[in-house]
Amino acid sequence: MVANAANGNAPSLPRILMCPPEYFGIEYEINPWMHVEVGSDPALARAQWNALHEALLGLGVAIDLIDPVQGQPDLVFTANAGLVYRDIFIVSHFRHAVRQGETPHFKSWAESKGFDVIEPPGDGNFEGAGDALFCGEALFAGYRLRSDARCLHWIGDRLGVSVLPLELVDPRFYHLDTCFCPLDQDSAIYYPGAFDDYGRAVLRERIPRLVEVNPEEAASFSCNAVVVGRTVLLNKGAPKLAASLTELGFRTIPLGFTEFIKSGGSAKCLTLRVDGEEAAGWKSGPRTSK
Amino acid sequence: MTHSNNGGASVATRPPSTNAEGVVEEVEVRGHIVDSLLLPKILDRILMLGGSFEILDCKIGSRRVDPSYARIAVHASDEAGLAEILGDLIEHGASPVHTVDARVVAADIAGAFPEDFYSTTNEQTQLRWNGHWIDVHDQEMDCGITVDPVSGHARCIPMTHVRLGMPIVIGYAGVRVLPTERPRETSLFGFMGSSVSSEKPKAVSLRGVAEAIRSTVASGKKVLLVGGPAIVHTGSAEHAARLIREGWIQTLFAGNALATHDIEQAFYGTSLGVSLDLGESTEHGHEHHLRTINRIRRLGGIARAVESGALKSGIMFEAVRKGIDVVLAGSIRDDGPLPEVITDTLVAQDRMRKAIQDVDFALMIATTLHSIATGNLLPARVKVVCVDINPATVTKLSDRGTFQTVGLVTDVEPFLRALAEELGNRT
Repeated sequence: MVANAANGNAPSLPRILMCPPEYFGIEYEINPWMHVEVGSDPALARAQWNALHEALLGLGVAIDLIDPVQGQPDLVFTANAGLVYRDIFIVSHFRHAVRQGETPHFKSWAESKGFDVIEPPGDGNFEGAGDALFCGEALFAGYRLRSDARCLHWIGDRLGVSVLPLELVDPRFYHLDTCFCPLDQDSAIYYPGAFDDYGRAVLRERIPRLVEVNPEEAASFSCNAVVVGRTVLLNKGAPKLAASLTELGFRTIPLGFTEFIKSGGSAKCLTLRVDGEEAAGWKSGPRTSK
Repeated sequence: MTHSNNGGASVATRPPSTNAEGVVEEVEVRGHIVDSLLLPKILDRILMLGGSFEILDCKIGSRRVDPSYARIAVHASDEAGLAEILGDLIEHGASPVHTVDARVVAADIAGAFPEDFYSTTNEQTQLRWNGHWIDVHDQEMDCGITVDPVSGHARCIPMTHVRLGMPIVIGYAGVRVLPTERPRETSLFGFMGSSVSSEKPKAVSLRGVAEAIRSTVASGKKVLLVGGPAIVHTGSAEHAARLIREGWIQTLFAGNALATHDIEQAFYGTSLGVSLDLGESTEHGHEHHLRTINRIRRLGGIARAVESGALKSGIMFEAVRKGIDVVLAGSIRDDGPLPEVITDTLVAQDRMRKAIQDVDFALMIATTLHSIATGNLLPARVKVVCVDINPATVTKLSDRGTFQTVGLVTDVEPFLRALAEELGNRT
């Protein structure tokens, strides 16, 4: 029996995993945003994290916390813990050695919550919800910069879902959740410049309402948003996107994430939706065998 | 024994645009490769990086959640180009089909392969060795493969040649077959395939054969004639002799009978005692072939008979005079035999193996036994035309694995007469 995973029946409270930023900092450089010499302000980071935490609680979200670990500054980015599908948790295999120490912590957490924890095969790289987001029935997945296409195919087989690997071509948008965010089963925001022609064609073909984010707003990490019901929490500094979201019927809550953006993360990176993302078709559809 | 059955080894085919010097590697990709456009993207990437491809297998999932599968032969002009393409495709989720070297074990006894040896076909074969594909030399069906671990040279080897400790390839892993591409041009080999019929237009077929012989000779390769005694019995020896004299035949395989009756004709004007001018049996004619063999044996062989002036005409005379490569292989019912006839079949096979090295075209006329024996040794790239009045001869040849055979069901004499005329007129 899974205590916290979605069961696909009655709607349950939205549940999100977060990790307090006690040990967060820029200690290495594994994406173009990170500069060790710039550093982040711990007090401001804590305040920004708290603001997100408060906002989520205010939306009725149940928050699970994982204990921060010294020497694992990026453990705060729980989106990269793994991928949730019903009562299955596919734990991440990080590409960069500096983050590989996070896996045992995320694995223990998932096991403690009753998930059926699965590891990707062999030396395949997979960085969890950072690179794999359901929108409707399909699992949209980013590859090349962090996750491997072959590993994504394996996940499709293992879960029995349709996986659509999209190549990420701009190193600034190294995870799929930095340039693509499903809003509901038929809607998503995306930054076209992060994909190639094939990826853009797939997104346009498969998602009925696709909102383009302009380069400036994408560069301020506005695609890295958290969706709870009809509310979107995103970084300040994306007024055009906020207006588009309002038009689509979403309420927006802009927040500051400057300290986390220095590390290449924003609202979405700081959260893992434990009961499945709002846009995941399987949350409302009939249960299929795993 | 069979052939063109490739067992469990994988098969790659060359696309027409790739020259034979190129390199090839198979990759496979599995997943939602159609919906995600990964398959078209992979194919586009191959072309963009200067390669070419052939889809060897493709299975499309019937429901949206079903994965699809494609196996693709990737061709490039050289190893470096191929490595670049493969490195790129791996990023897009494709993986090489062959990731292991061929396995070899030391022969545990002489004269036999280890159990599970890789049994060869007559198609061009390659081994994965130290991560690279290497050609198997001396391609021949129904052999094993040995690899020199130092030089990395691989070749087909008959089981009788296996020595104790010789490294022999076992299993199918790391072995692949590159089937001979069917010609697309509208030549004899293009439109006839290997079907056998007596209803085909003879003049067209004949011009096709003549053209194939002419182009083989022009390219510096050899034409092999495999002949049975019916060439002589039907009065065609002079046509065959002319083909040799005029330089269209570089290699001759036959048995004791063809040589004996050819020389009998030169000595007595008969073949098996029948006058080739009158078509009637001659008195004591049945003794002619034995007297012929006896005389040649007394002279010390066919070559000596030519040198001494005793033998002045016929196929064997022209062959000796022209200095073409002749292999006469014996059989258990041979009279004599003539001194040049090799009576040890294994020795004869080895002589034939050496003699076919540069052969590109084989004309097999009126002999089942020698045609099949030769067909067993020829790699599939060698074009074979089998001429016989009996369709079963051609069928047998194809059924025993020489599938590249084009069969012409016709009487030998008019065929050889017309062929010699066709080639003679256009020298």
